[in-house]
Order: sequence, then structure tokens, then C-alpha cells
Amino acid sequence: MALIDTINPLLTTGWAKGDAGWSLKDYEARGGYKQLRRVLESKMSQDDLIAEVKKSVLRGRGGAGFPTGLKWSFMPKAAPVKYVVCNTDEGEPGTFKDRDLMRFDPHSVIEGMIIAGYAVGAKAGYNYIHGEIFETYQRFEEALDQARAAGYLGDNILGSGFSFDLFAHHGWGAYICGEETGLLESIEGKKGQPRFKPPFPANFGLYGKPTTINNTETFAAIPFILGMGGEAYLNLGKPNNGGTKLFSVSGHVNRPGNFEVPMGTPFAKLLEMAGGMRGGRKLKAVIPGGSSAPVLPGDVIMDCTMDYDSIAKAGSMLGSGAVIVMDETVCMVKALERLSYFYYEESCGQCTPCREGSGWLYRVVHRIEHGEGRPEDLDLLNRVTDNMMGKTICALADAAAFPVRSFIKHFQGEFEYHIENKKCLVDPEVQRMGSGFFKAGNV
Amino acid sequence: MVEIEIDGKTLQVEDGSTVIEAAHKLGTYIPHFCYHKKLSIAANCRMCLVQVEKAPKPMPACATTVTNGMKVFTHSDLAVKAQKAVMEFLLINHPLDCPICDQGGECQLQDLAVGYGESASKYEEEKRVVPDKDLGPLVATDMTRCINCTRCVRFTAEIAGFQELGQSYRGERAEVMPFIGKTVDTELSGNIIDLCPVGALTSKPFRFSARTWELSRRKSVSPHDGLGSNLIVQTKHDKVLRVLPLENEDINECWLSDKERFSYQGLGSADRLTKPMVKQGGEWKEVDWNVALDYAAHALRDVATTHGGAAIGGLLSPHSTVEELYLAQKLLRGLGSDSVDFRLRQSDFSADGKRAGIPSLGMKIADISGLDRVLVVGSFLRKDHPLIAQRLRQSAKKGAQVCILHSANDELLINLTARAVAAPSQLPALLAQVVKAVCALKGASADAALSALTVSAEAQAIAQSLASGSNTAVLLGNFAQQHPQAATLQALAGQLAKALGGKFGFLGEAANSVGGYVAKAVPSGSGLNAAAMLKDSRQAYVVLGAEPELDCADGALALAALKKSAVTVVLTPFKSPAMLDYAAVLLPVAPFSETSGSFVNTEGRVQSFYAAAKPLGEARPGWKVLRVLGNLLAINGFEFNSSEDVRSEALGAQAEFVSGLDNGLEGVRLDLSAAGGAVERVADVPIHFADALVRRAPALQKAADSAVPTARMNSAMLKKFGLDAGQLAKVGAGGTAKANLVAQLDAGLPDGVVRISAAHATTLALGPMSAVLSVEKA
Amino acid sequence: MNTQNTMLSPELSPESLKKIDREVAKYPADQKQSAVMAALVIAQDEKGWLPKETIAAVATYLGMAPMAAYEVASFYNMYDLHPVGKYKITVCTNLPCALSGGVHAADYVKHKLGVDFNETTADGKFTLKEGECMGACGDAPVMLVNNKRMCSFMLPEQIDALLAECK
Ligand SMILES: Cc1cc2nc3c(=O)[nH]c(=O)nc-3n(C[C@H](O)[C@H](O)[C@H](O)COP(=O)(O)O)c2cc1C
Ligand code: SF4
Ligand code: SF4
Ligand code: FES
Ligand code: FES
Repeated sequence: MALIDTINPLLTTGWAKGDAGWSLKDYEARGGYKQLRRVLESKMSQDDLIAEVKKSVLRGRGGAGFPTGLKWSFMPKAAPVKYVVCNTDEGEPGTFKDRDLMRFDPHSVIEGMIIAGYAVGAKAGYNYIHGEIFETYQRFEEALDQARAAGYLGDNILGSGFSFDLFAHHGWGAYICGEETGLLESIEGKKGQPRFKPPFPANFGLYGKPTTINNTETFAAIPFILGMGGEAYLNLGKPNNGGTKLFSVSGHVNRPGNFEVPMGTPFAKLLEMAGGMRGGRKLKAVIPGGSSAPVLPGDVIMDCTMDYDSIAKAGSMLGSGAVIVMDETVCMVKALERLSYFYYEESCGQCTPCREGSGWLYRVVHRIEHGEGRPEDLDLLNRVTDNMMGKTICALADAAAFPVRSFIKHFQGEFEYHIENKKCLVDPEVQRMGSGFFKAGNV
Repeated sequence: MVEIEIDGKTLQVEDGSTVIEAAHKLGTYIPHFCYHKKLSIAANCRMCLVQVEKAPKPMPACATTVTNGMKVFTHSDLAVKAQKAVMEFLLINHPLDCPICDQGGECQLQDLAVGYGESASKYEEEKRVVPDKDLGPLVATDMTRCINCTRCVRFTAEIAGFQELGQSYRGERAEVMPFIGKTVDTELSGNIIDLCPVGALTSKPFRFSARTWELSRRKSVSPHDGLGSNLIVQTKHDKVLRVLPLENEDINECWLSDKERFSYQGLGSADRLTKPMVKQGGEWKEVDWNVALDYAAHALRDVATTHGGAAIGGLLSPHSTVEELYLAQKLLRGLGSDSVDFRLRQSDFSADGKRAGIPSLGMKIADISGLDRVLVVGSFLRKDHPLIAQRLRQSAKKGAQVCILHSANDELLINLTARAVAAPSQLPALLAQVVKAVCALKGASADAALSALTVSAEAQAIAQSLASGSNTAVLLGNFAQQHPQAATLQALAGQLAKALGGKFGFLGEAANSVGGYVAKAVPSGSGLNAAAMLKDSRQAYVVLGAEPELDCADGALALAALKKSAVTVVLTPFKSPAMLDYAAVLLPVAPFSETSGSFVNTEGRVQSFYAAAKPLGEARPGWKVLRVLGNLLAINGFEFNSSEDVRSEALGAQAEFVSGLDNGLEGVRLDLSAAGGAVERVADVPIHFADALVRRAPALQKAADSAVPTARMNSAMLKKFGLDAGQLAKVGAGGTAKANLVAQLDAGLPDGVVRISAAHATTLALGPMSAVLSVEKA
Repeated sequence: MNTQNTMLSPELSPESLKKIDREVAKYPADQKQSAVMAALVIAQDEKGWLPKETIAAVATYLGMAPMAAYEVASFYNMYDLHPVGKYKITVCTNLPCALSGGVHAADYVKHKLGVDFNETTADGKFTLKEGECMGACGDAPVMLVNNKRMCSFMLPEQIDALLAECK
């Protein structure tokens, strides 16, 4: 779907024509590749370029929110072979912004990656696109061909002497490849099992070479930052939370979709842009940053603004900007059961605590949901999550633990009710109607 | 160097060390499963979590590199809590069937669970069951016990050189397995049994035969190839039930080849000779020792008296101990014969009398790992010397350049820099080209005999690689040593090493390839060598530990000579139909596990060992049998009280390494002629047929490396003979058809050759390993 | 069901090999293995699923151990290690989708086809799979048809149309 609403659009300016506006000439007409041209023609120094990005306080849009300029500055200058990698694995439940960016404005990602390549001294890049959006992968390959034909990619770009080529690599169904080192393993033709860090990709990345990895949205923001200047970009948002951000709003709202708003926009405003609660029902809970972020009760999130710091203060994470909205028709036990199943299904299986713990969590939640819970189960769940967190190679084990802990913390009564009464607190028929799948008279 | 503190103790460790390495240096034990010093770091089991000052989370000691001033706590609350958490996770899906598990008593999980586990787990869900896998005849699986540490997977990929095992699927369904329908076929497969920290991978031949604590253990030395791997031989009621590596970084590291590990099964073979036997009037009779020894002594004395001592020949197995070899040659010499030899598969003896000393590896085994350029000449390296191949594989990964010059192109699983393949007759000229090219690159003058040679591209590539190094070696394999122009190859290797300022040496074929020389088990004076004493057949033979029809360069010739002899006395642990045919007396001597003795390995290291078990039946240690024979024959100098006595006489003063090693060669005329046109045989000695013991090890005989020999050739040769792969070929040598063998495509073989393994009953009739063959469609 | 595919030669067609070569060209010359994911998809497209012989053929073509290719084929869940129907329908039932009918859509398809997840209809036409988040939660319910075609907003009417269109 094309864009529904924005405040201060940057990344989404090109989305207006939906599927009809993605190609090179449209992008150039919007001023695309101007920043690349400027960087190359002015022979901007790598340090100046990185400084500009630092000024913008652009924070990684993939979930961790790490300052992008700082990350780029970690790349060793002298290394002869370096890579730039884009993370379009987008598998975090609730997140669907990168797909639209890639569908409607792939050249902004390409331009951002070329500029990043210039900044860190890489001559090649890969964009890792998750397998479920193969049509988008194909479009991106087409966009790459266009860029190559126009001289934006390849040897001696625009006569500058700078050479950079970019390729698309697709996944084939593994959430863990969104984790940056799992992603690198996957590009290398292996299972996407994350690597132990350190060494970090900036020192030992793709094929063992220094590598910068950023999210799709992060790269797409680069041309805009250079266009308006780092400082102006920062000022769009809040201090320490620069610029605009895409929020993927899903769940019980009237108009689910992507919304680009400045950092610091009140949640209430975002909810309003998304058409408000479906059927005017009451907001029960929101997961503000993708399924791995702790859930927040409705009243808590209503007081938040949408930026890294505010959400963190409320006890959750802005993550990938995936806002999952749940109304009163949701059984929190069932919701958690589905999320726990996801982590159980997607654990790569190498670390003992995650491989064994993710299944354990799922089985206990499943048991509670199916009326076989025991009074001690909530303590057990907390203990198991305790034993998983911070003991694994990547953060998936923590991601599996956060929902469990936060659901129990904020909705303990509902879990206890389930254990005691062996059934949902929310009437199943109410739950059933909540999805909107069944219209009156249907099935 | 950095200074770190572990549990309050400070120490200096090298930059880049990991915390676990540092802890080991201190003698501090950190629990671990996936970590192994020879494998890459996986950091997946998480058992080694420790607390590091300032780190908010526990850190894996196996993957955390030390930094200056780092403070590590292995027993703090944080560390112990993390370790206990991991242990609980490891146990929830583990079957806990220790009482019936072969690993019981030596299981790291069991051991650690005692220290780190809680008494009762809160896990009350159904446990995971993982289907077992068929990994072949050597390794048994119980995959439900697997803790997914991936040690076995990393072993196949990194040490064995080809990833035969993998961890498939993901998450809780992750499963260690071979490729669907495949087994683990590497010649090093048994090592995964040692590596597996739990009872998921166990020894199939050992399975359920004993509980580990019932076993007695003895150190021993492998009797097979020239490496001399160190062993732990485990017995119950004087039966060897298991063989494990004894770690020795200078020799076998912590590995064993499957041959070394599983050949013990042959010790219990039904072929074991357990009573002395004498042939009387064409009938074999089991007799008492004194009868048999009397008989043997008289028969030999008779021949010596009637025909002269020179009419007796001694064929000694290079797998015999130094003590046996020494006494056997002394016995023969006492009878007046200088015809004694242990180099049974050698065919060119022209270097005899021209050697500066005893030929050996010419360096320490451990030095191989430090070479930066290596040329291997004439070797089925991976199968003939599995653990030396393994060393070179690791070196190549670290940047050493390894090249090979050979008559076959087997996959070595080593990242080779260059290779040159040619028919056996072309091998000397090819090596000479390398010498010439290296001399040119180094500005040294080459032997005049090389002036007419043109250097091929392959030879040039090898030369270039060698000349670019600073620590080079040329290693002559079994094939080069068995080659009809072996002396030339050796002389060329010497020239090459000289031009490179490097080393050259021999990869010893057998446990006593060096020891045989030291024990003087070689002809002297007018004595005949192994080939000559078969060609010019003797009235009597003394055979020690060998099956000459399978162990000699020309098995057919050996068989004919033995049959023709008036008397053949065989000292052997095993009997065979062939022996019953040609022998007059069979004296049961103890195999390596039932006698004390010594091997001198390929680098010249003396390794002595004790018996691990009592001799089976009436078998007796070979040295004792030979001593009594010497006494009966009234030969001087046979008054020994122990094998140590024999050893001191044979080897002189106790020393770690024998003296007198020198690969120098003086006065060998280079023979660069090449017999052209004919179809040449390339004969390997398959790893599991190489000696009498391994030939009788049942599980090994079922392994992939024990396939029946075929006639291998490239597609041009197949076409030339009108053969399709899989069809039967009639193969002849010396004009007459002798064997029907399945034709097999081996694209790596050069034109003009057919590869047919030796040391096998089906190819015995073809005669010499270097025969000229005729091939047609059967 | 495409079981007859097991009888096909494991060798890949020249067209498939050409496509694989195009993938190989994206990576450094000594990193052919990087193309294994794409190559397995190309092979799966040609054969309908991935028999072990085909996996081995892909591995050999890329100069990697068959086991390493099998690890990959079994790790990523859009590879089919068993025969599937002519149309493989994967329904996302993850939470964001479920809030907007993902599970109900799956139930609806199950009911219409008379199969459960991981089952194939008797006529070999449809295989139903449960999927994880496909990064399209705003379009829920979403389904993938034969891995490469994504269908959005799959309410009963749209599902009926989709199934009717699959001949
Ligand atoms: C389990 C897991 C899944 C992840 N999935 C994604 C993802 O789908 N997309 C993404 O951009 N980052 C993902 N990340 C974060 C990446 O590891 C990495 O931090 C990010 O790509 C860096 O880019 P950024 O700095 O631009 O955010 C994931 C991390 C974890 C631990
Ligand atoms: S935490 Fe889970 S997903 Fe991450 S590496 Fe470990 S097992 Fe794999
Ligand atoms: S089989 Fe043994 S060595 Fe292999 S992964 Fe499992 S536990 Fe580790
Ligand atoms: S030993 Fe360190 S994680 Fe396994
Ligand atoms: S949850 Fe279904 S596409 Fe994201």
C-alpha cells in the first residue's frame, strides 16, 4: 500500500505514485543522485562526510539505534578490501517499512549505500533482502541495472575515479539473518548463525573483511541528510533522536500502514494518523518497537512520544519502529503464545540457552493457554528467561525473553486467571470478532 | 604479553590468547564443551561463562580474548549462576541414560552435571528424541544425547578437510548428521568419538563390550605407518577392547587414524595362530613349542650345512619390533646368511652401499608444521600418512604452500599450490625438471645430466613455489620409495633440497622403516636384498611377521619362491591358507600388543612399549622365540634376559633418537630414461590392506577405504580399451591375462597408466607393483 | 504431488545453470559458495522441490561439500526438502497478522482445502504451510503463493478468488 499519512516527509516523498514512481527517472526528477554527484564532484573528504552524518544524530533504524556516523568511523582506514551491507531482512514481526522503501524508492537506498561506500572506502556492497519479498528483490535488481547503466554504479562513477558496485542477495526464510552477523554468514552461503562478537563487523565482517552494516531505512536517510545538512535533519526530531522515522503500525487500528513522522511525535498523534482504534474499541496494549520489544499497557504508551529515549524511559524499546496495537479483544496469553512460538521457531539453535530455552518458554506458555497451566508456571517462566538473557551469542534469546517478562509483568492478572480458570479472560467469541476477518454473515 | 588476573592470581599471557587458555596455564579449570584447542572457536555451548570485571554480562572464556589488566572470576556468583543455568538447559533434553551409555564414566556432561547441575530439573515437558544416524562401520550414534557442540562437525571440516558432518535444521530441531544416505568416510573418522563430549558418538566396535572403569590401560605405540602414534591400549581379561590416542604434540598430536584406532580388532581374529604347527608328511599338526623349535632349528641347520648359509633368506616385516628384527638378522647371520631384508616393497636397491647413513624423515615430525614450502614426491599421502597429511592441511591453511608430484591425482583435501602428475616412468624426468627450474631460479648450477631437459609448465609452477620459500622440504612418499628408479628420485630430491637450502627426507612406510636399518635387518656383503632373494629363490626362508605374497613388491614372485623352497619357517601372529601351503613350521609370535619392544619412527625417535595383554594361547613374544632358536642353533650372543637387553645391544645407549641418520647419497647415477609406450601399472597399497594386522580388522574391512581393488584409468584409457566404467576388464601382466577387475574412471590419472592396488588377493597374480600391463574387455 | 520429480535427473538444466552463473558473478571469485542460496532456489524452481541429489548437484557445481549445502537447505524454511503441491500456500499467522485475521484466514483455507498445515491436498494441487512474519503486516492477512508471489488483504472473498485462480 502506498503511504497513508506523514508529517514532514523525507523518505516517503517518493512514495506518492506508489508502484509507478520507483524508477530511476522518477528518482532523478525528485532530485535523486544529486547528493552522490555533489559528494563526488566536490571530492568531499571521508571525514567530512562522516562528520555530517554524525551531526544528524541519525540512529540506526534496524532496531538497536546505534549512531550511524559513529559506526562508520569505526571502519579501519587502511584495509584494502571493505564492504557495505544493507540489512533488508525485515523479519521482526510488525515491521514492514523497508519493504515499502524498497518498492517505492529503491534508488534512495542505492544512493545511500554508494555514499556510505565512499565514506568508509568500500568498493562493493550487498543488499540482503528477505526471501518473502522476492518481487521486491527483483525490482531492486532492476533498479541496480538502471543505476549501473546510468553510471552511478561500477567503475569510475561519474568520472570521479571512485568505483563501487552493489548486488542484491536474497534470504529464504530465516528471521535470524536480520542479526547482522547471521546476515553476513548467510551472504557467505552458510546457515545464518550469528557470530560471536567481538570482533565486530567493522573489523571482521563479510569474508572476514571490514564491513559496515546498516538498515535499509538508515541508508535511505543519507541522501536526505546530505541534502538538508546534518543539523537541520537533527532538528526535525529531538536532541539525540535525529530526523524522521518510519513507523509501521499494525493490529487493531483502522488504517494500518507506514507513517513517517519526526522523532518525538506523540503516540496519540500516530494512532490518530492510523485512523484510531478499530471499531472505536479500547486500547489495551502496544508493542512499540517490533515483537522483541517489551509490551506496554495502553495507558502507559498514550503518554509517550515516539523516539528512542521516551520509549526507553517507559520500559520498552523503539526498536524497528513497528507499532503493534492491541485492543481489548486480545487474550494476552494467546498473543504471547504466538510470539513465543515465533522465537522457538526462529532460534538458530547454536547457543544452548536459546535453543533449549526458547522451546521451554513456548511449551509453558502453550500449556497455560491450553488450560494446563500451574500456579508455579509464572515463576518458572521468569526464571527461565533469567537464565537465557545475556548468556547467548546474539540478542535473539533476549528478544524471546522480553515479551514473556513484559507480558507477565503488565498482565499478570490475566495470566493468573488463565491458570486458575483454565480459560481466557477475554471471551473467545469477542476475540474471534476482533480480527475483522469475519464480517457479519461470513462463515 | 599482557597481564591478567584470574580468581585473584595474576599471570602473563601472550597477546591474543583467550581467557580459557590463560586459565589452563594457571591450572584453573573452566567447564566447557564446544571449546577444543585444535578446532575453531564456536562459543555455542555457553558452559564456559565467567565473570569479567566491568562486563555487565557473563563472558564465554573460550571466545573472550585477554586484555591487559583484565580481571576474571570463574567462581563468582554471576559466573556460577550462569554456568548452572547453562547446565540446566543442557540437561533438560538429555536422556540421562548414563547407566546404559558407553560414555558413562568418561562423559564430560556427566562429570560437570555433578558439579554444576541442580538435583532436580523443573523441566516437565516431553524430551526431544533425535533419530540416530548411520555413520558407517566405525562410529555408533545416539543422537538424542547430542548437545550440539559441533565439535564433530568442525573436526570433519577443519581437521579431516571435508565437511562430512553438519548441523542441519535450526533451533531445537537442530540435528547433527551426515549428508542424507552418506556415512563418514574420512580415514580420521574415529577422532570424532574422542571429541564428542557426551555419548552421542561412540565406537561401534567397542559398543557395549565393557564399562570404561573395568578396563586396564597401557601406553603403547602404533605398529602401522612410520609416524609411531602414541596409543593407550585398553584391555579387559587380556583382550584389547579399545585403542585411544595418547596425546603427543610432537607425533600424533591428539589424533589417530582409523587404522591405528581400530586395527586392534584384528588381534582377536580367528586367523590368530595360537599353537606352534609343523607340517609332517603334508599334514599340519599342532605341536608343543619344543617340538616346533627343534624342528625349525634342525631344518635351518640342515639347509645351512648342505647348501651353505647363503641358501637361507630372511624376509622380515617392517612392522616387527626392533628387538625382533635385530635378533632375526643375528640369527640369519649366525647361520651364515647375509640375505636378510625388511624393505619388502622396495624394488630399486641400487642406492645400497652408497648411503651416508640411515634414511629417515630428515627432520622432526613437528618441524613439518613449520615448513613454508613442501614438495611431496610419489605419495598417496592421505592414506599412507594420514596424520602427516593432516599437518600439511593445517599448514596450507596458514599459508604454507604444498605441492605434489605423483603418478595419481587423489584428493588430498589439502589446498595445494601446484601439482604435476605423470606416469611412473616419467616421474624421474619430471622431478628432474623441477630441480632444473629451481636451480635456474636460484642461480645454482644444475647436474649436467639435466641439461637436455625441457621444463614443463607444471614443473615450473612447483619450482616457483619452492623457490619462493625460506623453510622448504622435499618429502619422498611410499610410492617414490617403491619406484623402480627410487635411487634416482632420491638423488634428485637431494639435489633439489640442496639448491633450495632446504631439507629432504623419507616418509616412513612402516613402524620400523628406520628401525629396520638400525637393527641391521638389511643385507650386507654378498647378501641378497628382498627382491633378489625372491628372484633367485633360496632353499630356505625365515619369514618374520610378514605375508610375503601381500607384503612384497612382487607378491606372485614371493609366493612362487616360498613354494619352491625346501623349508620356510614363519614366525607370525596369524596363519593364512597361503602360509599353510608354503611353510614347514609356523611359530606363533605375539603381535605388538602382547610383547614388549621398540619402534624407531620415521624421524628416528625410539619408542619402547610394554605388552598390554598376555599373549593369546601359546603365542610368545617374537624376541623370546628368536632367542631360543638362537640358543638351539648354538649361535653366539643370544643370551638375553629381557627385551631391554636386546634393545640395548641393537640400539646402544638409551637415547630419545637413534644416531647415524643421514639421507646423503654418493655416486648414484641419475637414470632419467623412461620406458615408453606400454601401459604402466600404478599400484597403491590401500590403507586397510597394508599389513597383516589391519587386513584382519573386521570393522575397518567394512569401511569405504577397504573397497575391492578396481582397474582405474582416465577416460582416454577407458576408450582406448573399449571399456565403460563398471565393465569388467581382463588385466594381464607379462603377456597372460591374470585378473578380472572392474574398470573405474579416475579422471586424475595420467595417460598410459592403469591404477591397480597391491596387497590384495585379487591383484596378487599381476606380479610386481610396477608391472607393464595389458588390458582388454573381459 | 510432484513425487515423479524424484525420478528426474539431479542434474540442472542449462537454463538453471546459466541463472546460477549469474548469481555466482555477484561475489568475489573465491566465494562461489555465496551463491548457494540463490542456486538452491533456482534448483527448487526447476525441480518443484529439493531432492538430496539436486542439493548435492548444486553443491558440486559451487565446489562446496554437499553437507554444507544441506545445512543451508534445511536451515531456511522456504526450501522444500519434500515434494509439495503445485501451489504452496504459506499463511502468516504471526501476532501482527493474527490481530487482523491471519489465523482466521489460515483456518478458512484449511477448511476450504480440507488439509492442515504441512499437508497436501489429495489431488496434489495445494500444500498449506504456516508462515512467520513476512514483513507485510500492514497488509494482513498475507499469504505467499509458491514462495515468490505475495497476496495481501486476504479476506474470504480474496481467498476464494485466489484458490479459484490456481488451476
Ligand atoms: C534477532 C535479531 C534480528 C534483527 N533483525 C533485523 C532486521 O530485520 N533488520 C535490521 O535492519 N536489523 C535487524 N537487527 C539488528 C541488526 O543486527 C543490526 O543491528 C542492524 O542491521 C544495524 O543497522 P542500523 O545500525 O542501521 O540499525 C536484528 C537484530 C537481532 C538481534
Ligand atoms: S541467541 Fe539464539 S538465535 Fe542467537 S545465536 Fe544463539 S541460538 Fe542463535
Ligand atoms: S555428536 Fe557429540 S561432538 Fe557432535 S555435536 Fe553432538 S555432542 Fe557435539
Ligand atoms: S566452551 Fe565456551 S561456549 Fe562452549
Ligand atoms: S506478522 Fe504477518 S507479515 Fe508480519
